[in-house]
Amino acid sequence: MNTFSDSVLTALRLVTSFDPALWVVVTRSLAVSATACLLAYGVGIALGAWLAVSRFRGRGGVLVGLNTLLALPSVVVGLVVYLLLSRTGPLGFLGWMFSFKAMVLAQFILVVPVVTALTRQVVEDVERQHGEQWASLGAGPWMRGLLLAWDERLALLMIGVTAFGRAISEVGAVMIVGGNIDGFTRVMTTAIALETSKGDLPLALGLGMVLLVVVLLLNVLVAGLRRWGEQRPGRPDVHLAGAGGAP
Amino acid sequence: MSAAQMALDRVSVSLGPQIALANISLRIDAGERVALVGANGSGKSTLLRTLHGLLPAAQGRVLQAPGVQQAMLFQRPHLLRLSALNNVVLGLWLDRARGLRWGQAKSLGLQALQRVGLESVAQQNGRHLSGGQQQRLALARAWARQPDVLLLDEPTASLDPHAKREVEALMADFARDQERPLTLVWASHNLGQVKRLATRVVYLEGGRLMADLPVADFFNLHLLADVSPAAHAFVQGELS
Repeated sequence: MNTFSDSVLTALRLVTSFDPALWVVVTRSLAVSATACLLAYGVGIALGAWLAVSRFRGRGGVLVGLNTLLALPSVVVGLVVYLLLSRTGPLGFLGWMFSFKAMVLAQFILVVPVVTALTRQVVEDVERQHGEQWASLGAGPWMRGLLLAWDERLALLMIGVTAFGRAISEVGAVMIVGGNIDGFTRVMTTAIALETSKGDLPLALGLGMVLLVVVLLLNVLVAGLRRWGEQRPGRPDVHLAGAGGAP
Repeated sequence: MSAAQMALDRVSVSLGPQIALANISLRIDAGERVALVGANGSGKSTLLRTLHGLLPAAQGRVLQAPGVQQAMLFQRPHLLRLSALNNVVLGLWLDRARGLRWGQAKSLGLQALQRVGLESVAQQNGRHLSGGQQQRLALARAWARQPDVLLLDEPTASLDPHAKREVEALMADFARDQERPLTLVWASHNLGQVKRLATRVVYLEGGRLMADLPVADFFNLHLLADVSPAAHAFVQGELS
């Protein structure tokens, strides 16, 4: 118990004293996840909106595959990206292995299905109810997808926040493709894993606290946005999972 | 006799395994106000959607005179989270055949809002308007496209009595417009409204056209009993 309370106190001191070693890791974590999510957001929204309004042979299979990817284990993503980026892999020429870019790529692959599947669901629900009205006005499938996605921007914003929660809290992919190199590819989750194995519990706890606070702030943001959305007349209910995916 | 603007020639429509319309022939002439009546599931909405090209005919032909423009209004209009004016302007902008620029569309949009008495709420979010105002806004969006034929799917079904009267008055106003009279084809459960507005009534049952009569004949129950016992039973049931 003493070890735990001592660790918590030390961790609090590290956080409140803005310990450089801790904040470098935190900043890198935020940068990796934010970059991956911004890229995934752009791709996922376009892809999700298109899937919502398009009809083609094999669409059902694509949707089942997409929904399966929602539960994609991060270590599997890490492994696949590792194989792609390794010296003998098809993308080995890029020289991205154990770099910031490799971690961004891994998290991008991890959250693209999240953004795509949730966007598809949100836009398709509206399309099913009102799509024919927009078709009647002359909007083709692409235009309908864009208009309805724009109209559901609040829900899409929440999807972005959810995706960020999934990215920032995963450890498997960034550990494999980043290598957890001190001062270079070490992020919060990999640092927590390492410091715990080394027995440096205060630093691990400090990082854990920051990670929790980040995920907490995201969930507060989601809840605030949801409440704001529900209070506005004519808003649809938005039911999305909170931020903070599986590691 | 007026020129035919639209026609269905022995049209059948299937929705999955179900036959929603069976062998319907119908001609809509310019200036007519045709009410489609019948119980739920009788095929009124399907007929409107087929006329509008939203549903394909499994058999038969859907005909439209060259140059005839049509617009459709739905029971619950979908408006984007934009100002009332921009909702109308967007509707115009999507009409690629007219190729309007946003500025031109804005000017026409304002005219349309004035036409339906919504100019004072032009800058308000369309979603924040009352149900009646939203339906009038959707009417403005449809009217702004300068259609010759306006198809309406139970346009007053989800409105309160006051809003119903407003929308009905606008429909009558559009139909009797001196400069640009619209042909109206609408689905309705409201026989009072049909009596007030329609020049002709089409009765559907189970996807089949059972009666197609001038409004006076449709509400002449003795005549209707002879012409179409099914329509007679429906009207009697609605009026009792």
